[in-house]
Amino acid sequence: MIAERWINGTVIAGILAVLAYAILADEPFTITLLTRVTILALAAVGLNIALGIGGLVSLGHAAFFGLGGYAMGILASHAQTFTPLDLGLFTLPGTKSMPVIWLVAVIISALAAWIIGLLSLRTTGVYFIMITLAFGQMFFYFSISWSAYGGEDGLSIYVRNGFPGVNTLVPAQFFAVCFVALCLALVLFHRLQASPFGLALNAARQVPERVETVGLNPMRLKLVAFIISGAITGLAGALFADLNRFVSPTMFSWQLSGELIVLIIIGGVGRLMGPVIGACLFVALEHWLGGLTDFWHIWLGVILLVIVLFARGGLIGLLTGKEGAHV
Amino acid sequence: MSEPVLATHGLCKRFGALSATDNVSIDLQPGEIHAVIGPNGAGKSTLIAQICGGLRPDAGRVELLGRDVSQLNTKARAQQGLGRTFQISALAMEDTVLENAILGAIGAAGRPWRFWRPVLKDTDLRERAMAALERVDLTEHAGKRTADLSHGQRRQLEVAVALTLSPKVFVMDEPMAGLGAEGSKQMTSFLDGLRREAPILLVEHDMDAVFALADRITVLVYGRVIATGSVKDIRQSAAVKEAYLGESA
Repeated sequence: MIAERWINGTVIAGILAVLAYAILADEPFTITLLTRVTILALAAVGLNIALGIGGLVSLGHAAFFGLGGYAMGILASHAQTFTPLDLGLFTLPGTKSMPVIWLVAVIISALAAWIIGLLSLRTTGVYFIMITLAFGQMFFYFSISWSAYGGEDGLSIYVRNGFPGVNTLVPAQFFAVCFVALCLALVLFHRLQASPFGLALNAARQVPERVETVGLNPMRLKLVAFIISGAITGLAGALFADLNRFVSPTMFSWQLSGELIVLIIIGGVGRLMGPVIGACLFVALEHWLGGLTDFWHIWLGVILLVIVLFARGGLIGLLTGKEGAHV
Repeated sequence: MSEPVLATHGLCKRFGALSATDNVSIDLQPGEIHAVIGPNGAGKSTLIAQICGGLRPDAGRVELLGRDVSQLNTKARAQQGLGRTFQISALAMEDTVLENAILGAIGAAGRPWRFWRPVLKDTDLRERAMAALERVDLTEHAGKRTADLSHGQRRQLEVAVALTLSPKVFVMDEPMAGLGAEGSKQMTSFLDGLRREAPILLVEHDMDAVFALADRITVLVYGRVIATGSVKDIRQSAAVKEAYLGESA
């Protein structure tokens, strides 16, 4: 069987090889697809902290993805119309600067995750899934009715936001920005999983009663994981909005939450590169099968079914011969 | 008698019409093993849950080291020095033996909020965990997945996790459950030595172990204490014989 670190290296090398090909062959659309892979993977890496390590099956992560997206959309739309953002007590200028937008996206999603987590983590199992879904839907319907920012039609941003020292209008350069963000998130995931916090969180997923009897609070561990998770997914949302230069309520849709879970299950729950492999496969299927038939989700469903039935550890589990993320 | 390390005063817990704990007052003195026995359904598990914080009593209170801890949750009581083992092993089965012990060490240090440094490279936590594993003879299995341990080894690990906390009191829910004759004997001699570190409230079905270890025995029937006394008292008590040990004893 193949060692997991070889698989991880191959995936990263594969993405960079496709990038090199796309640059040499001058195929900007391929770079855009790769950027899409990278951003979806980033969002799923965020979810993987809650789902993979903490066992929190959140069907509401689109809320954070959408909040990140709308953070970008709102700030950039005020900047492009030169109208300040009126917050009642004070006004803020809009901005076209990615670092500022990211900071806002991360803070807002972390705050939302804190509140949602505080309320949802009282429940477990199916109830947790349902309550996170409900929160996601609340944001979805709110965004539809929020006509100030496009309502159902969404918001278009005419020029991609800027990053110091990078020409984000060049697809390869914007990809590089997203790819670095993904790599940083992967490093964070890796360190987190091996840290004292990761060990305690992992135990809180398996035996919460044990974690309590050693004097730790399993719910607080899960809440912190949920906040970090939401913040990363929020950052991905801001990047996704910048990729499309468009924000709409679909970023809040529960299908997106489901897709993030599917990405992780396909790649391998709790595995470092699980979300990345899942995102590669997902976007590849969406692109190729989507070109052949509108019903390509059926084939995604078949793959998911096969994996759930025969390869519980996802593709990484299948290749390494180890079903669990651990040991 | 000196100040008890652990005591309950008039604990009561009802589930509908069933009185699972009926005015139970027991105490645990320094250096002793106090066994709680009783037939199935006598309310032993309910009593443990109230002592450890998983269940709130309807009336009465629990005192740990002279402090009323009735309002504290499980986590806070553990921090006050209550070390508990479970009847059915509550261990992270996917993790290694060492990682389970390290969880205890993280709890003892009270610092799970470290997100960056690999836990296995933390020598303090590691040493504390390894020391506990060594005491229950699991050193050579430290790298094994907990799910791959034998039943007896899991019982040992269960005790090791409690040891990492250096508790002031042990509350052990059937540590001998499912152990063979040999395993029971080993565990018995281990617990015998452990009482010098911290007293043990021992709920146990294995009568050989109870009679060998206990300084005092409390007999619980239908949630009520029907007798408390030395091994000799309990063996001779007519009420206990009738209610619990049966004709043959």
